[in-house]
Amino acid sequence: MDSKNSRRELLKASAALAGGITLGLGGKAQAQEHNHAATPGSENGSPMIHGSQEQIAYGQRSKYVTSVRVQHPIGGRPSPDVFGKTFHIATPLQDSVGVITPSSLHYVATTRGSYLPDIDPTQHTLTIHGLVDRPLTLTTDELKRFPSVTRLHFIECAGNRHNGQQRTVQDTHGMTSCAEWTGVLLSTLLKECGLKSSAKWFVSEGAEEVKGASSIPIAKGMDDCMIAYGMNGEPLRPQQGFPVRIMVPGFEGIYHTKWLRRIKLVDRFYMNYNEFGHLRPEDKELALGEQIGPKSVITYPSGTQQLPGPGFYEISGLAWSGGGAVKTVEVSTDGGKKWSRAQFKTTPQRMAHVRFGYEWRWDGTETEILSRCTDEIGQRQAMREEIANWWNVPFERNYRVPGLDNSIMPWKIARDGSVTNGLA
Amino acid sequence: MLKVVTIPLLLGSLVGSPAIAQSPTYGVGRTPTAEELRRMDIAVGPTGEELPPGRGTAKEGAQLFLQKGCIGCHGAAGAGGLAPALVSKQGADVPVWQKERILPLRSPYATTVWDYINRGMPLGLEGTMTPDEVYSLTAYLLFLNNVIPEDQVLDQQSLPEVTMPIGDEFGKPHEFKLNAPRLKGYPY
Repeated sequence: MDSKNSRRELLKASAALAGGITLGLGGKAQAQEHNHAATPGSENGSPMIHGSQEQIAYGQRSKYVTSVRVQHPIGGRPSPDVFGKTFHIATPLQDSVGVITPSSLHYVATTRGSYLPDIDPTQHTLTIHGLVDRPLTLTTDELKRFPSVTRLHFIECAGNRHNGQQRTVQDTHGMTSCAEWTGVLLSTLLKECGLKSSAKWFVSEGAEEVKGASSIPIAKGMDDCMIAYGMNGEPLRPQQGFPVRIMVPGFEGIYHTKWLRRIKLVDRFYMNYNEFGHLRPEDKELALGEQIGPKSVITYPSGTQQLPGPGFYEISGLAWSGGGAVKTVEVSTDGGKKWSRAQFKTTPQRMAHVRFGYEWRWDGTETEILSRCTDEIGQRQAMREEIANWWNVPFERNYRVPGLDNSIMPWKIARDGSVTNGLA
Repeated sequence: MLKVVTIPLLLGSLVGSPAIAQSPTYGVGRTPTAEELRRMDIAVGPTGEELPPGRGTAKEGAQLFLQKGCIGCHGAAGAGGLAPALVSKQGADVPVWQKERILPLRSPYATTVWDYINRGMPLGLEGTMTPDEVYSLTAYLLFLNNVIPEDQVLDQQSLPEVTMPIGDEFGKPHEFKLNAPRLKGYPY
C-alpha cells in the first residue's frame, strides 16, 4: 500500500469513527485528496499526521524531533532510581532555541531524590506564619485571587558544574532552564499578613515526603520572590512543584521550594537539612552558595555537534546572572585572544536567560570558541585560571571553582568540524 | 458616592502608608488554627523552640535502630548499607571538615539532626515517629559519632545545648544585599 492509499484508508476510518462535529465542519476539507506533487526538500510530499484524541487534546511534537532530558550527571545517581524516585535530570540545551525551556524539558532536581507528590490542588494549602501579625492559610484558588505577576526567570542547580569528562552542553550546563512563571509576589502576601520588623529570614517548606526546607533572607523575600502557580502559560507540572512553588530569582535551584506548603517568618538563619549541604568552612565561600554568578555558554556549536565544513555559522548561546540582567556577552573564536561583542537575540531581563548570537565565518582551521558575560551590577564571567588567582590557590587541571561553577566554557573545533569539550 | 471615598483609601495602601499597611488589603484566605500550626511547625531552628516534649538516650535509640528497620538500609551501627552511611569511615578523631558529609554531622546545631530524622525518616513512613523515638535515634547517632556520651538524655532543653564537632569553625551567612555582588570585592 503506497502512502497515498494508506492516507485514504485512514481518512475513511477517522470519518467513520468521528462524530458529527468533524464531518459537519472539517469533513469537506478532509475529504479532499492531498495529491500535491512532492516538493523539493520534502520527499514524502505532504504526509498527514493521523488525528488522535491526544493530538486534539494536548498536542504533540513532530516524531522527527527527538530531543530529550537525561539523568545528571552521566554515570551518577539514576533518575528514576530502582524505587522510582527522581534525583537530577538535565535539559537538552544543545537543541534549544530562544530562551523559554519547554515545561516538558525543564531540568528537574529534588532534595534528596524523592517521589513526586501527586497533589490534588483542591486539597492543598499554603500557610504563612511565624513573625507576622496575622497568620494566613490560602487554598490554591485563593492564591490566584491576589494580584499576579508574570516574569521570565531561570533556575539553575548548584550541581551544574562543567568538567573535562563531559561531552555535550547538556552534560556540562543542562541543569539550568528558563521559563515564564506566573504567580503572586511574596511581598504582596507578607504585607497582607503584616510582617513584623523582627522577621529577618523565612523558611520555605515543601509538601513532599521529606518536606524539603530552605532559609531565605527577608530582603530577598520582599524584593522579588514569587509564589508561582503558572509556568509557560499553564499550571506548574508536578516535577516543578504543582500546584505551588516559590521562585527565588537568581538563587541556587534548591531555594526554589516545590510543592510549597508553608512559609515561616523567623528571626535567624535556620540550619535546615538543605542548608547543611551549603555549609563551608569560610564565610567567603559560603557567600558564593546563594546568588548565582554571571554565566554563559555556547549551545551551538557545542560538544558532539559537527560543522559540515568551513563557511558561515551563527554561534548561539545563553547567558544569565543571579545578580540581575545580563549587560553584555562577548564571544571569542580564537581560544580567548580576541573578544567581540555578541548580539542579543532577546531582551535581557533580570534573572532570566538571554539568547545571544555571533556571526562567524569558520576558515576550517582548528580553534576554540568561548563566551563570557557581564551583568548589570558589574560582575563578569572569568576563566578558571583567573578565579584560582583571585583565591590565591595554584591552578590545576581539576581546579574546583568555589560556589556554583560559573567559569568560561571552551568548545574545541577540530579541522574536520567536530566539536568537543575544550576542558578535556 | 462610595467610589469617591474608596479611591483615596486604595491609593493610600498602594503607596505603602504604614498605618494602612497594618490591616489586610485583600481579605482573602483564613486564619490557621493553633493546632494546625503546631502540627506543621516542624522546622527546628538553632534554639530548639519548635522541639516537642519528649526524651531519649542512645541505648533506647540503638534498639529502635533495629526495630524500625533503619539497619536494613543504613547497615549495622550506621555503616555498610545501601543508604548513606551515618558514621564516618575515617574514625572519630578526624576533623569534621575532612569527614564525609554524613548525617548533618557538620551542622553547628544538633537540632538539625533531630529535624531531619523527624521530617525525613524512615523512608516511606516519614513523619510517623514519636518525639521520644526521634530523641532516642538522635542520641544514638550522636553517640556513634562520639558527640555525646551513651547515657546522655536528650530532650527539649539538652538537645540544643549539645556541642557539635564543628564548634564555631564554619562560614557564617552574610547579610544579603539587593543588587550587590554575591561577595564584596569579588569581581566574578
